[in-house]
Amino acid sequence: MAASRRDFIKLAGFSVAGLCFGGPTGCATTAPVNGQGTAGKRWALVVDLRTPCPEGCTACMKSCNLAHNIPQWDDIKHEIKWIWKEPWEHVFPEQVHSYSTAALRELPVPVLCNHCDNPPCVRACPTKATFKTASGIVAMDQHRCIGCRYCLAACPYGARSFNWLDPRERLEEQGAALSRDFPTRTKGVVEKCNFCSERINDDASALPYCVEACREACSRHGREPVLHFGDLHDPSSPLLALLRESGANTIRRKPEIGTRPHVFYLV
Amino acid sequence: MLEKAFHGSYRYWSLVGILLLVLAIGAIAYVVQFFTGLGVTGLSRDVSWGLYIGQFTFLVGVAASAVMVVLPYYLHNYKAFGKITILGECLAIPSVLMCMGFIFVDMGQPTRILNVFLHPTPNSPMFWDTVVLFGYLVLNVVIGWTTFGAEAKGIAPPGWVKPLIILSIPWAVSIHTVTAFLYCGLAARPYWMTAILAPRFLASAFSAGPALLIILSLVVRKYTKFDPGREAIQKLGTIVTYAMAVNVFFIALELFTSLYSNIPAHMEHFQFMFLGLEGETSFITPLMWFSSFVGIVALVLLLFPRFRRNETILAWAAGGVFFSLWAEKGLALLVTGYIPTPLLAVPHYAPTIVEILISTMIWAFGFLVLTVLYKIVTSVREDLEQV
Repeated sequence: MAASRRDFIKLAGFSVAGLCFGGPTGCATTAPVNGQGTAGKRWALVVDLRTPCPEGCTACMKSCNLAHNIPQWDDIKHEIKWIWKEPWEHVFPEQVHSYSTAALRELPVPVLCNHCDNPPCVRACPTKATFKTASGIVAMDQHRCIGCRYCLAACPYGARSFNWLDPRERLEEQGAALSRDFPTRTKGVVEKCNFCSERINDDASALPYCVEACREACSRHGREPVLHFGDLHDPSSPLLALLRESGANTIRRKPEIGTRPHVFYLV
Repeated sequence: MLEKAFHGSYRYWSLVGILLLVLAIGAIAYVVQFFTGLGVTGLSRDVSWGLYIGQFTFLVGVAASAVMVVLPYYLHNYKAFGKITILGECLAIPSVLMCMGFIFVDMGQPTRILNVFLHPTPNSPMFWDTVVLFGYLVLNVVIGWTTFGAEAKGIAPPGWVKPLIILSIPWAVSIHTVTAFLYCGLAARPYWMTAILAPRFLASAFSAGPALLIILSLVVRKYTKFDPGREAIQKLGTIVTYAMAVNVFFIALELFTSLYSNIPAHMEHFQFMFLGLEGETSFITPLMWFSSFVGIVALVLLLFPRFRRNETILAWAAGGVFFSLWAEKGLALLVTGYIPTPLLAVPHYAPTIVEILISTMIWAFGFLVLTVLYKIVTSVREDLEQV
């Protein structure tokens, strides 16, 4: 009797300890082992802002919207955004001061899901409908999502969207050409950038649509692309070289909250 | 006991009828929302929780506040609460049901709600909130049914219910603590991310809940032959006074830390709430000024025993406390947490008619359950007193 009670207390103690330490880091089976290079790939994206985007360029957004059947709502409240542009002063408010030029303040900066190492949205989700894959992608299962929008509250980057109305009806209304390679969603579920996992999982040399579109658009302007994509666990990755050897300052959004974003900005 | 709900006066049936009518109108609104999507509400990509989750949060507090009568009565054997305790427990039951209702109508995919249990996720506070709320409902139904059933039969309640009663005390604290954890663990929302959120929730709950119970007790005494007792109502007045004073103190602590530290991310939310931000003034600003004013006046009235002893003033002060905390927790807390957004936008949010109708439906449902429960309790008590 005494032994079994001791066992019970031990078990209870470990359970509580597990909740405190194991729990908040998310689901152990899908979380990659960071910084040890053992978990295969670690996808990341670099936004090279040393030369700003060509004026008015929306190539990245357009190709993403098209490839992922993202409806365009007139009402700003219902917007679905995977990748879009925000003024510099809203993306990096800590990087502006009273003497910053208007040009810097208003500089359009591409923003998207940061595919954090330590994503608050994954921690918050009550059904594991959003989860981290072994290669670092924060993914979604729209069939499991109950539409509680706790992840929208938890995301520190405003990177998640909710289908307030039926997206299929809207796509039909728009007369948009539907992509056959990607499912449309139903109303009442959350969605977000998936780093084009449907593409890069099949073919490791493939690029996300936004990065590909950026390349094409920038080459038309005769310049280096803004968006770069690659595997940070590959020692020969050009992305790694860009981060380590470009000599540029590398920043991430809100590093102080410990999410460890994997979208890097070169400035 | 349940048969008592089916034999009532004309007044009882009129109240039930009115509540059913409100419920029916709200149900039509919900059908619209169910088939169109949550786009029929004022919610948006930026303010993604609003009236529904606000009501949920507020009502978790009302549910938890039953502990303010349960604890003195069962743990300290405070006899004056002998009659009022069942009213507190019968208030907790519809409150939890309303909480569940508000969660349900807020879901984008309500038919998938069981996924929370099919795929239990211990790292999500929302999972725990569901678990503790459900447990609290079961506890209160079992305790209320058993103790009151025994009383109706004139026998002592069975021994096994006592440990459940003791358990319900920390459990009540837990439901509101876990509800606070939904918010205060989010680095994305500086307004919510404060360690004092759970104590603040408890303080406001322990004033708003007993304030409502005072009003309900006075109504019960006026319209039935059952009297919860003047001493009990007065003691509730003291509880409301203490809890409201602590609540105001906690808010002052929040204001000091945010404003004196001068950190923009923390200050901006208060700026939005009380002054408006970047030219955007929402209905929250006048509501907050008005509700703060009402709350302070009510607290001042409560602080003087001379006023508090006058039951008319006590009723008004209790109403003031309830309204003030409802505005702060049921509306302002949510909206302010979202504004400004992580990308420093100042979006607009106001509930739509559909959203208000659906919320009214759930309140009507809660009051319907409350009416029926109170009808049973008062009828049984009236019978007992005649014997």
